[in-house]
Amino acid sequence: MSRNPLKLGPQGDRDVVVERSFDAPRDLVFEAFTKPELVKRWMLGPDGWSMPVCTIDLRPGGKGRYEWTSDSGGPGMTLNSTFKEIIAPERIVHTERFEPDWTQGDTIVTTTFTEKDGKTIVRMTITYPTAEGRDMVLKSGMEQGMARGYERLDDILKR
Amino acid sequence: MLSSSPLDATFAALADPTRRAIIARLTQGEASVMELARPFDMSQPAISKHIKVLEQAGLVSRGQDAQRRPCRLEPRALAEATSWLEHQRALFEARFQRLDALLEEMKAERRPAKRPTKTTSKGVRR
Repeated sequence: MSRNPLKLGPQGDRDVVVERSFDAPRDLVFEAFTKPELVKRWMLGPDGWSMPVCTIDLRPGGKGRYEWTSDSGGPGMTLNSTFKEIIAPERIVHTERFEPDWTQGDTIVTTTFTEKDGKTIVRMTITYPTAEGRDMVLKSGMEQGMARGYERLDDILKR
Repeated sequence: MLSSSPLDATFAALADPTRRAIIARLTQGEASVMELARPFDMSQPAISKHIKVLEQAGLVSRGQDAQRRPCRLEPRALAEATSWLEHQRALFEARFQRLDALLEEMKAERRPAKRPTKTTSKGVRR
């Protein structure tokens, strides 16, 4: 099965935008994003990570909690969120914060689900509290990036 | 500050095909403006402008040699921009591929079911 292309990049000073289309009707995609038993199956890290805890209270003011653990027994990661706006199955606005926090405060995530010809386009706009916070996140993969040097440059240059 | 965010400057600099070509050339080693201008159908001042943008984004630096002032790549700035793209992209690609598979399963489950399909947004209020 060919994969739908992923769009991902910074926007303005504080945003990162992620966009991808899925070959499924919108209500199914919305379900996959909002039902814990489904979220646990895909919102994972690299191989070897799982999400033993996922709770989602999907209403304005409701809380979400996502806990990841690594098979290797290393430190896990937790994300806490608060839902601000929910228009099922079109739009979700929530704030989120990692434990421990490394983005200098809450990020605001606006997720829209748009159905077109039986496909669903998901667009996530992640707004960081400050430009510095965003750039810190952008640089978080740096160590890895330095190691692989110029190989990756080819991809960028080809775009 | 030249830009509100250093990384914005980096991405803006890399958005232009001429500048990407200059970067590609510089991965092979430093070069003077004249050398860089050669393969392009562009005047030296036009190339100089592009180099200035790359310099401001921290992607390129100029040597001290007064005559040539050779341009060279600043791999650190480049790595910052590219590593993030790679890292985030890999994470989302992997997640969304899993989601693709999950959605296929959900579609298959829904298809044969003659019972009325359940609506998704139980308990959701606007």
